[in-house]
Amino acid sequence: MHSLTLVILVLIPLVGSVGVFLLKEHQARLAKLVSLAVALVVLVYTLVLTFRFDTGPGADRFQYQGSWTWIKSFGVHLAVGVDGIAIVLVLMAVLLVPAVMLSSWNSLDSRAGAEEVVTADTRRRSVKNLYGLMLLLEFFMVGAFTATDVFLFYVFFEAMLVPMYFIIGSFGGPRRQYAAMKFFLYSLVGGLLMLAAVIGLYITTGSRTFAIADLIGKVPDNATQKWLFLGFFIAFAIKAPLVPFHTWLPDAGAEAPAGGAALLVGVLDKVGTFGFLRYCLPLFPNASTYFAPAVLILSVIGILYAAFLVIGQRDMKRLVAYTSVAHFGFIGLGIFAFTTQGGSGAVLYMVNHGLSTGALFIVVGLLIARGKSRNVDDYGGAAKVTPVLAGLFLLTGLSALALPGMSTFVSEFLVLVGTFTRHKGLAVLATTGTVLAAIYVLYLYQRAFQGKVSEKVTKFRDVNVREVAAVAPLLALIIFLGVYPKPLLDVINPAVKATLSDVHKSDPAPKLGPVAGGHK
Amino acid sequence: MSMTVLAAAGGAISTPSVAYHALMPIFIVLGAALLGVIVEAVVPRADRFNAQLLVTIAGLVGALVAVALLRNTRLTTPTPVGTDKPFAGSLAIDGVGLFLQGTILILALMATLLVSERSVDIGSPIVASAAVVVGSPTDRTLARSSRVQTEVFPLLLFAVSGMLIFPVANNLLLMFVALEVLSLPLYLMAGLARRRRLLSQEASLKYFLLGAFASAFFLYGLALLYGYANTVDLPGIFEAQRTSTKSDLLLYVGLALLLVGLLFKASVAPFHSWTPDVYHGSATPVAAFMASCTKVAAFGALLRVLYVGFAGNAWNWRPIIWAVAIASMAVGAILGVTQTDVKRVLAYSSIAHAGFILVGLVAVTKDAAASVLFYVLTYGFSTLAAFGLVMLVRDADGEATHLSQWSGLARKSPMLAAVMTVLLLSMTGIPLTSGFTSKFFVFRAAWHTAGPLVVIALLASAVAAFYYLRIVVLMFFADPPENGPTVAIPGWSASVALTFGVVVTVVLGVFPQPIIDLAGKAANLLG
Repeated sequence: MHSLTLVILVLIPLVGSVGVFLLKEHQARLAKLVSLAVALVVLVYTLVLTFRFDTGPGADRFQYQGSWTWIKSFGVHLAVGVDGIAIVLVLMAVLLVPAVMLSSWNSLDSRAGAEEVVTADTRRRSVKNLYGLMLLLEFFMVGAFTATDVFLFYVFFEAMLVPMYFIIGSFGGPRRQYAAMKFFLYSLVGGLLMLAAVIGLYITTGSRTFAIADLIGKVPDNATQKWLFLGFFIAFAIKAPLVPFHTWLPDAGAEAPAGGAALLVGVLDKVGTFGFLRYCLPLFPNASTYFAPAVLILSVIGILYAAFLVIGQRDMKRLVAYTSVAHFGFIGLGIFAFTTQGGSGAVLYMVNHGLSTGALFIVVGLLIARGKSRNVDDYGGAAKVTPVLAGLFLLTGLSALALPGMSTFVSEFLVLVGTFTRHKGLAVLATTGTVLAAIYVLYLYQRAFQGKVSEKVTKFRDVNVREVAAVAPLLALIIFLGVYPKPLLDVINPAVKATLSDVHKSDPAPKLGPVAGGHK
Repeated sequence: MSMTVLAAAGGAISTPSVAYHALMPIFIVLGAALLGVIVEAVVPRADRFNAQLLVTIAGLVGALVAVALLRNTRLTTPTPVGTDKPFAGSLAIDGVGLFLQGTILILALMATLLVSERSVDIGSPIVASAAVVVGSPTDRTLARSSRVQTEVFPLLLFAVSGMLIFPVANNLLLMFVALEVLSLPLYLMAGLARRRRLLSQEASLKYFLLGAFASAFFLYGLALLYGYANTVDLPGIFEAQRTSTKSDLLLYVGLALLLVGLLFKASVAPFHSWTPDVYHGSATPVAAFMASCTKVAAFGALLRVLYVGFAGNAWNWRPIIWAVAIASMAVGAILGVTQTDVKRVLAYSSIAHAGFILVGLVAVTKDAAASVLFYVLTYGFSTLAAFGLVMLVRDADGEATHLSQWSGLARKSPMLAAVMTVLLLSMTGIPLTSGFTSKFFVFRAAWHTAGPLVVIALLASAVAAFYYLRIVVLMFFADPPENGPTVAIPGWSASVALTFGVVVTVVLGVFPQPIIDLAGKAANLLG
């Protein structure tokens, strides 16, 4: 129980971030190179861990575990470990970080890369701070996915807000102050409710530690369990965000720099959906069952409501942010359908959504950096001037609408199948969401890239090697997993089965029944 | 107490035995204060400042060493003659008392360093001569001289000596004396700001008048309790609640009036109205001293009164503490949002935090006492350092405390902005800072007895987060104004105090265990 493997993984970005912060302001290039190198080291390290992750029968659910006492009086441990769900999400996160770093390379450059017209104000922005914050964020994200102690998870969950707050507030668009504040306060309110639930969990279970393993199955089945569930659930629902807790996301997503938005929507928000699976379901099985219908309905409302909002958006970053609200509806659906396909689909959806929306934000950022405007009406016909960028945009767009052949299709299909076996009506309603997705993605592409070439667009330059290098690996992975998702599903499935058995173990309610047979 | 002694002695007067060694911290500080008065009289003006500073630091450090040596002492003194009651002494030198004394001494030492910061303003933050009419020619000349009203140092020491007695007083009469000893110098100190003299004098007068009222309430409550219990010793009052045949009305009205006096000092709403004005008007290091040390002492006394004197009656006073805790959190969080001055924001923050500490107090367990001890310590360090930073942001008129002047401060001094952010995040209660650890500790202790109160407290911290974050937003994300303030480079003394405050804030967020242990071992009021 004292494996340092994950501790090293968590600490590499922290050390890197401290190093970057200590550099001088004029060493911007060095800061970028060091950050990218650190992010790549983390990526390689995670890849090795993922390949060595034991998926065979009888393998431990949590692997690479390590546990050390942190605050003895509170029973808090620095406990880390990953199951199949956590490891793929870590992998997705550490993959996105270097991609974002590459795409943001010149985003603070006064000449080319900036997303807005450069002013005296934006020129003063500090490159090393942006990259230092990204690494700090990576530290907190990886920490949140790998923590197996509720208290430790909470620490990462809350502390994560700080670097993101500064990324939005210091490097964002014109309304960044408002967006940063809104983001922080929404998340903080959720976090504080969760803190109340964390304390309540500790007291009502009579546990002397915060280790998840010690808490599962201990929560008494009564009204308290429902209250505690709500404490956790609201925090995660704000983070995820599920309708009606989503209103901060369009502002934060629109005002954050494109790279920051990619990390915010791609990874940070996954901590919310991850929290459903890791904390809400196993800790509060009965409450989860009790509230599941409400969550499912909210998810479907989210899918449809957000899709209609997306169609009406002109601000491209806001648009992408709203698509995520719809996608989170699918994830919620998959998780609370309580079926293996639904659960595995949801986890795969989280990974794919991270890759796909991350890539979409990056590509939109590249376009915005050229036109210095977030309004889609300022573009038009760009495909003729920048064919490669248009191609990248179309591919990421198609992955967002879950075209067959893309990995997003696999996950969306699994979620819908998993839901259908239990809730036919909801699955049918949700399926219309995929049609709406096709409408808004293609409509967006049409407005930005096709039609008459607007004068502004003629001076655009096409993407360079660095920009392609940022997006191409993500796209390649999306297509690869679209054709052959088995390696990932092999890692995810046992963990999802174990999670669902936690829910069923203490409540074999007949309406849940045995898990429907897998599709394999 | 004198009643007991006389009764026991049966006519012949015999003196109770006093454990003088256990009172050394108090004696050392009082001695240093008296020495300071003599220094004021005999040392030439040119050397006076340094001499006073030396005496003050020596006194506080000496007292701190004495507290450290006494750390395992658990006794009450004087030991009454001819009685076998273990807790009948008027001073209880126990874990809680010593922990609080140590905290007060360290915080006072840091406040002293802030008071003696001379490189930021001409002379020091303290006025040259407090008695000169504001605006008179003499006043204007003196404002530009480096002369300092060095009496501030002995005043500070006298206040500290009162604060050292306040949380160890096991006897309400003695507690009242301590209250006065700590309050009177504070009233004077509030009027000693170098800049904005009229505001400072107003603060002084306001604090004095309201403080006098609060003292009168305390005394009235004391009298009623004496009528009820026939004693002013806290353990005696505790006993009387089981045995007394007097009307309970005396007990409850007496306790309520007593609490008014204590809650006033702790700046708990609805007895808080002096706080923003006094913090705003006082010299910033004096405000720092009041916000940290006074609060520690006041909560120490509150802890002792409620836990030693009235633990058996917790069901009856708990609703009152609930009510004032909610009021304090609401006032601090909501009115804080409307403030436009950094010092007033910190004042409302102190009111809100007083509410959070009360949440811990309602539980009446050993754990709760430990959590309160831990909270006052962490809060003291963070708030003292935050006030210290306010001293450094200046324009031609002195400190620039209006929020709009703090815009874009991160561009001028990334260091100051970063440090202030850490302190503000700690006050917000973000993990990995001491503010989170202490909030968690307090809320965990209170969950059993006061679950709904904990939820209210968490919502209040979310509201309060708004104004802490607004300062961060201003410093980092806003453009600096034309002719904005500059950030002064602090001299050695303020630098030491600030560094220490910030380091404690971070360390107690990441490695709080040793201090939690210390607080846990100290919190033995309930056995």
